[in-house]
Amino acid sequence: MHDKTLTELKAGLQAGDFSSRELTEHFLERIKRHDGELNSFITVTEEQALRQADAADQAIAAGDHRLLTGLPIAHKDIFCTEGVRTSCGSRMLDNFIAPYTATAVEKMAAEGAVMLGKTNMDEFAMGSSNETSFYGPVKNPWDTERVPGGSSGGAAAGLAARLAPGATGTDTGGSIRQPAALNGVTGLKPTYGRVSRWGMIAFASSLDQAGPLGLSAADCALMLQAMAGHDEKDSTCLNEPVDDYLGALDQSVDGLKIGVPEEFFPDNLDGAIADNAREAMRELEKQGAKLVKLSLPSIKLSVPAYYVIAPAEASSNLSRFDGVRFGYRCEDPKDLEDLYKRSRSEGFGAEVKRRILVGTYALSAGYYDAYYKRAQKVRRLIRDDFSRAFKDVDVIMGPTSPETAFKLGAKADDPVNMYMADVFTIAVNLAGLPALSMPSGFINGLPAGTQVIGNYFQEGRILNVAHRYQMATDWHQQAPGGFA
Amino acid sequence: MAIDSKVVARAAHLARLRVDDSETAELSARLNDILGMVDQLQQADVDQVEPLAHPLEVSQPLRDDRVTEPDVRDKVLPLAPASEDGCFLVPRVIE
Repeated sequence: MHDKTLTELKAGLQAGDFSSRELTEHFLERIKRHDGELNSFITVTEEQALRQADAADQAIAAGDHRLLTGLPIAHKDIFCTEGVRTSCGSRMLDNFIAPYTATAVEKMAAEGAVMLGKTNMDEFAMGSSNETSFYGPVKNPWDTERVPGGSSGGAAAGLAARLAPGATGTDTGGSIRQPAALNGVTGLKPTYGRVSRWGMIAFASSLDQAGPLGLSAADCALMLQAMAGHDEKDSTCLNEPVDDYLGALDQSVDGLKIGVPEEFFPDNLDGAIADNAREAMRELEKQGAKLVKLSLPSIKLSVPAYYVIAPAEASSNLSRFDGVRFGYRCEDPKDLEDLYKRSRSEGFGAEVKRRILVGTYALSAGYYDAYYKRAQKVRRLIRDDFSRAFKDVDVIMGPTSPETAFKLGAKADDPVNMYMADVFTIAVNLAGLPALSMPSGFINGLPAGTQVIGNYFQEGRILNVAHRYQMATDWHQQAPGGFA
Repeated sequence: MAIDSKVVARAAHLARLRVDDSETAELSARLNDILGMVDQLQQADVDQVEPLAHPLEVSQPLRDDRVTEPDVRDKVLPLAPASEDGCFLVPRVIE
């Protein structure tokens, strides 16, 4: 059952080939058998999953088929889930039992989804390798000496090893797309504001966006269909109608104009990575798409702009963790300031502290204009580059990541080098555009991913492009060995 | 500008983080790496450019002025490290 896509499992449940309980037990069993090696889950919610599965079976028996009825999903541990520990990969929240459920999770549950558990992640979603988690690194199932990417590394690795047939993630600078690429799965970051952020622990609020990871574009369309939509509890969640993503999948790509920015193929890019992305575009050319060369000159400043804006917002968002109302508190504080300082210093890991300090510095008196304001101006230049490009093309494509999965520990002591892992994904967050990563082959036995970027609210279009690509290729059907 | 131990101590205090002397050198070096990379922003010609905070430049929507928040005290107070009589407990602030 575990080699089937979510779409196939949905058909199997409807046809009565198996029950949701059988399906859920199968995946729980796989997690027990294989996750010791991968560490992709922080919490497995077995009891709750079986309860939800039984409810789904009753619904199916009564003819109540919703979008996700009976389908097991793993949620990133950044989403609050009522009555279940929600750690955000941090010691700070190791003891935090969420008192409410995030809207994105709630909407999937309302469509009948079964929650398998909560997946491992970089602490507070700050990382590109899953090595900053308080619960230890996740291993890449294609080579367990390598990282799965991050920050949604548990989601991508668990999915690739078929420990869950679908997963949620969040993407602030590439945290869905980069791990999707490094594990050979499909991951979509929607338009900023397409999915509610309510109940999703905040990192950088003007960039954070939730989205699905799946074994195919069709599976991502199915999950996004349930997740997307207005939520009055999140004032940045856009009140726009949700398109029919599933209905758009099969459209032809004949005449589709694919923009190819020279900045996604810099001279120092690994030739194998460049060739891999070009080969993916050639496949779409065979189906009638046209390639259009273009330039996005300002995106070369997207990593520096991001590493001002994201830490600045993080330093503000993470000020709520004070050792008073919830989360970690130090032992025997001698006064209130000692309570704040030691609780935060002991509760946060090194990368989180670095980013809080960078953000605090960038926002402090005398530096605000030189850093934060300037970064926001550069953000407009980047947004305008994309807006100009989308007057001439339908989608923009290039490699998702400048490299395949790297060795555990390879960049752990070199933050700036680690930040470059997201060099092709970050500009999309600054512009607020939707983008996905789809598996496009292997380089030395490790998966490579190609990114498809769309204009605002064009999730349906980019899912359609990826689906047409996946109809003609089988990269997305490859599974790592050793997890039978 | 280069980050030294004084700047680190100042930012750490503003962020209410305790940084021990043994950590300062390593931390200054890493923060200098990061800010060195960020300094590429100074190349950009942005004199005539307005800052962008929201990619779609939408404004905050208004909603009806009515009570929507339920009383959640009994639900959230058990999450506190220390509480008493319906209040959060912290070390004595006023002697």
